[in-house]
Amino acid sequence: MARTLAEKVWEQHVVRRADGEPDLLYIDLHLIHEVTSPQAFDGLRLAGRPVRRPELTIATEDHNVPTVLGPISDPVSKTQVETLRKNAAEFGIRLYPMGDAGQGVVHIIGPQFGLTQPGMTIVCGDSHTSTHGAFGGIAFGIGTSEVEHVLATQTLPAYRPKTMAIEVTGELPVGVTAKDLILAIIAKIGTGGGQGYIVEYRGEAIRKLSMEGRMTVCNMSIEAGARAGLIAPDETTFEYLKGRRHAPTGEAWDQAVAYWKSLRTDDDAVFDQVVEIDASTLTPYVTWGTNPGQGLPLNASVPNPEDFADPTARSSAERALEYMGLTAGTPLREIEVDTVFVGSCTNGRIEDLRAAAEILRGRQVTTRTLIVPGSMMVKAQAEQEGLHEVFKAAGAEWREAGCSMCLGMNPDTLQPGERSASTSNRNFEGRQGKGGRTHLVSPQVAAATAVTGHLTAPADLV
Amino acid sequence: MDAFTTHTGTAVPLRRSNVDTDQIIPAVWLKQVSRTGFEKGLFAAWREDPTFVLNDPSYTGASILVSGPDFGTGSSREHAVWALQQYGFRVVIAARFGDIFRNNSTKMGLLPVILPGEKVEALQAAVEAEPGLEVTVDLADRQVRWADEAVGFEIDDYTRWRLMEGLDDIGLTLRHAEDVAAYENGRQPWLPTTV
Ligand code: SF4
Repeated sequence: MARTLAEKVWEQHVVRRADGEPDLLYIDLHLIHEVTSPQAFDGLRLAGRPVRRPELTIATEDHNVPTVLGPISDPVSKTQVETLRKNAAEFGIRLYPMGDAGQGVVHIIGPQFGLTQPGMTIVCGDSHTSTHGAFGGIAFGIGTSEVEHVLATQTLPAYRPKTMAIEVTGELPVGVTAKDLILAIIAKIGTGGGQGYIVEYRGEAIRKLSMEGRMTVCNMSIEAGARAGLIAPDETTFEYLKGRRHAPTGEAWDQAVAYWKSLRTDDDAVFDQVVEIDASTLTPYVTWGTNPGQGLPLNASVPNPEDFADPTARSSAERALEYMGLTAGTPLREIEVDTVFVGSCTNGRIEDLRAAAEILRGRQVTTRTLIVPGSMMVKAQAEQEGLHEVFKAAGAEWREAGCSMCLGMNPDTLQPGERSASTSNRNFEGRQGKGGRTHLVSPQVAAATAVTGHLTAPADLV
Repeated sequence: MDAFTTHTGTAVPLRRSNVDTDQIIPAVWLKQVSRTGFEKGLFAAWREDPTFVLNDPSYTGASILVSGPDFGTGSSREHAVWALQQYGFRVVIAARFGDIFRNNSTKMGLLPVILPGEKVEALQAAVEAEPGLEVTVDLADRQVRWADEAVGFEIDDYTRWRLMEGLDDIGLTLRHAEDVAAYENGRQPWLPTTV
């Protein structure tokens, strides 16, 4: 029977199937970090259970870590990081601690080491695990009880989600990025549009994206409510993986590639739902509200809540404008920001930093600008290319790797009422610090905004 | 986890949509390494507003939260479930839930109930008219009852059984350890390890 890519990967991982029960799925790779794991390890200890496959598990410190050199000053954050170190040592799990050359945001380090490969099942106690689907596997976020379950059994009971195809036809115009594409998709289908689905991104515009761009798209699948997003592997994928630390080599590489090539949706397979979007019509996108679905082209103005037919959308828009301190009808370009943040697992990879540097080269920022590499390896690469010099010369801050201002958990936060243009993935109330106001943008728009102080596309710069 | 069969209590209406887990429990509260004490962080930012519904004394002691659609979207933090439970909620009713939140809830014995949007609103209105209204959530019969209303809800048999028995998922899976071992023998040889 014809099957979609998601169905093929799922079937390959079913350990046990019984009537009226969820499938028991095998998990190929489990990523853990300091925030969602301590209570899971406690659970194991209480029950006297070991970690079944420590060598399929990897740990990093990312959410709590400061992005300036030096120890963690917040004692509670410090305890959490120390707890992870103790747990990793006790249960034999490889950890990339703060300061290590391999440390970084959990969703950046999996791919950078070649641990994320096509056809795998990957989970992490973090909703943006969907990022790893860019390689053609099933990757999704789980809660702490499930983290404990995977640690103890290397499996998860789960019902197979329905399948959705998002067909992206046409080509992205010059200056329009993967981030703009995914913001446009979420604006179109809504924050609940993907609920209950695994989304496969398909079509010409997707094929032309780099791996970095594909990861940006899959990363934000969860913001459309989808459990996971994936893209069929192709030469771009294989090229990216080849030679990475944990990628197969020699004969194993050939075997793997032969298998990976079979990982595509059959021509006559049927999706439960299909959404189409024409990439060639897109322009840079920004969010104006407090959920990632509240986005518009940068050319537009702040919407009037009264124009929303659906009462729930209307009241949500009203509340969002109040929280964001915005007035309907204001051109989005006129919104002034206090802070620009380039980083996170959405846009903290080398390609993102290159794009920001290209715009900042020879220019000066007029706002506080944080450039935070997603991992220490991204940082090293950027410094090798001299990007850090560009950022520093422009007056931006060049930081150590971590989640940084993506969430209000480490020292990098917005003050109440402060407004940011941010390349991260969530503009929820208070996400970047209590009372902070977030506009989600691409790295290019972030950099251009840093120069002018108000939301700006690179094409607007003279 | 505690078994859940039927629960009768009072309800509090939360007339907001897209109540993401960053609102339910902000990130600064996630630094704890224990599993307790999260009730203080529940809706921390909103609770500073004296007009926020949880600050309304007429709803004190409510154990059923009745929310607008897309409750629990966003971050995977199970702390959101712990915070709701530790505050005293046993049930959350909404028209739609974030997938991960819903999963986390059923692992912990907090019952997420999906009702049609108009029924959620009817219940919210009924509770607003009479804050002490008794509401029963009956998992055995898959029904929510208040005043003279009785509205059915869907939940798959397996999850219902697990909740009603209060069963630990890991224990259940470990019964199938042989299947897991057999599967492991057939895994593709090139798959990576982290060592
Ligand atoms: S960068 Fe942001 S979204 Fe990504 S893992 Fe860190 S906190 Fe989560």
